[in-house]
Amino acid sequence: MNWDLVTYSFVVGVLASAVRWATPILFAALGEVFTERAGILNLGLEGIMLMGALSGFVGAYNTGSLWVGVLVAAATGMVMGLLMAFVSVTAKANQVVAGLGITILGTGLSTLLFRLFFGLRTKPPTIKTFGTEPIPLLSEIPVLGRMFFNHNIMVYLAFILVGVGWFVLYRTRYGLALRAVGERPEAVDTRGLNVTRLRYSALLIGGALAGIGGAYLPLANLGLFWTQMTAGRGFIAVAVVVFSRWDPVRALLGALVFGGAAALQTALQTLEAPIPSELLLMMPYIVTIIVLVIVSRRAEFPGAFAVPYSRGEG
Amino acid sequence: MTTAERSQSPAQPLVNWRALWQNLVQAALSVVLSLVVGGILLLLSGRNPLDAYESLLYGAFGTTDRFTETLVKATPLLLIAVSVSISFRCQYWNIGAEGQMILGAIFSVWVALNVTGLPTLPHLALCFVAGALGGALWSLIAGFLKAYLQANEVITTSMLNYIAVYLLAYLVRGPMIDPGGFNFPQSRLIPEALELPRLVERTRLNTAFIVALVAAALALVFWRSTWGRRTEIVGASRRVAAHVGLNIPRTMLLVAGLSGALTGIAGWGEIFGLHFRLIEEIARGYGTLGIVVALLGGLNPVAMAISAFLFASLVVGGNAMERNANVPFALVDVIQGCVILLVLSRAYLFKRAS
Repeated sequence: MNWDLVTYSFVVGVLASAVRWATPILFAALGEVFTERAGILNLGLEGIMLMGALSGFVGAYNTGSLWVGVLVAAATGMVMGLLMAFVSVTAKANQVVAGLGITILGTGLSTLLFRLFFGLRTKPPTIKTFGTEPIPLLSEIPVLGRMFFNHNIMVYLAFILVGVGWFVLYRTRYGLALRAVGERPEAVDTRGLNVTRLRYSALLIGGALAGIGGAYLPLANLGLFWTQMTAGRGFIAVAVVVFSRWDPVRALLGALVFGGAAALQTALQTLEAPIPSELLLMMPYIVTIIVLVIVSRRAEFPGAFAVPYSRGEG
Repeated sequence: MTTAERSQSPAQPLVNWRALWQNLVQAALSVVLSLVVGGILLLLSGRNPLDAYESLLYGAFGTTDRFTETLVKATPLLLIAVSVSISFRCQYWNIGAEGQMILGAIFSVWVALNVTGLPTLPHLALCFVAGALGGALWSLIAGFLKAYLQANEVITTSMLNYIAVYLLAYLVRGPMIDPGGFNFPQSRLIPEALELPRLVERTRLNTAFIVALVAAALALVFWRSTWGRRTEIVGASRRVAAHVGLNIPRTMLLVAGLSGALTGIAGWGEIFGLHFRLIEEIARGYGTLGIVVALLGGLNPVAMAISAFLFASLVVGGNAMERNANVPFALVDVIQGCVILLVLSRAYLFKRAS
């Protein structure tokens, strides 16, 4: 193992890359916090993220504007969220299976559309990604500055959304109604609020954010799209939500744990650690399982979690 | 998939033909609609969907060769679907078939290569058992974490899939690499004597197909057994199950182990019937397909056999379509997703249709 490479700057670099790894998961997890607070488990995140990645890439590629890419990804995510809402809220299907269906559809559709748009090429199509934009003054704080304030704009957007999400959830009437609909939908219904509409809105928010999270990969990180490029991040995001106890601020913390595992894995590869790379690549997934096990025993799920609502059936 | 659709009273026959017929009509509608959606996608991209589907049909059924190849593909699909049906009926959402299949393959190949001095039949039987064991153990990790530590099995089994893929990648590049394989990521070939006998000369159809049919038949018996009934009660309502004194964690472990074993056997069948060595692509895409086959078949063994055949023909035909009509195979993946969502919403969508 090449210990000479381990310098102050290397360590800070690893910490900063943990934040970048965490960002796509954070977007999706923030959305899922809203969805699950409304009582819906959306296991379709993986598929929605893939559709976000594909549509964001296509949008940016065709217009030359990365922001158009972000918007297209959010819109596509909302369409997928709408589909999930139809199956799970309107048709009252089992949410686990509905989510799997969304994931399978998103995986297939993103692959198919990419082939239909770009065909088979020897050189994959690329786009220029969001560049690094250090925040003046803040980025000069030792360690924390490079860790949090020396990134591309999508990372900052995710941070801002943590605050916005917290505010909406705990300080607005909509947030209150959303939390209530996940705990006791019948009470919300009695008050004259529309359970179906609230749950649809939660899935639209969740879909939009998962779409943006997926689009982070081609737009801010890689400049490319490839089949199944999200590599399980959608499922990891669901684990982050359990970790967060359905709180946006703790979701940031959870996403950083997984970002850290991924960053450490790449750092160890750079340091030529005497561990085969295939085994290092397992690390984020193993960490996900371990963390999930630790947090699950104490987790208190929303009262009406994953239960479709029908009037009069309780 | 609601409790009402399942066979309940012991007086009912082994197969509830009426429910099966109704499911069949709705399932057929779901598939047709999915094909239409796929066709529209092709049309929008400026391709002729009729050409594509013609090429798909010919690819799946055009010649005896193609037809037996469809049965070859149906083999692991049916085994995995039976596995999925057991866990899903218990509302234990095991989506780790891909990982369990890989572990089954690894275990059985290891036994084939490293256990020596046994006569052929006991050796083959041992490989079979090892395959089942590999799948069961991998599945029991998630089962244990769910039963005793409340860790969501959808997350753990999907994570275990990724871990298994990397484990296999590591093994075929490292400890189990074929020394004479020019560094190609694959294991040595299993002894020729252990290769499963072919059912039809000069095709790839082999005895693993029979194993899959037997598994589906045994599943019918399983649901009539005490274990099967317990599994269904735990699936229908954890509260009721606890109330009548069933041991829920232990039932979950049984379900996890059993479904993992079946998937492990699918891995064994792919190796000993087709590839004869470990390769990386051994389980790619099968986990998803197995779930779709199980759901389209309403978790019923007879209907799942039909739906396994249908999706096997889509896969075989889809490959041919990609080669001959230049339509991406991913079309089949899209159809899978549509089928699941339609099957789930059918009670709402097809109220009057059947």
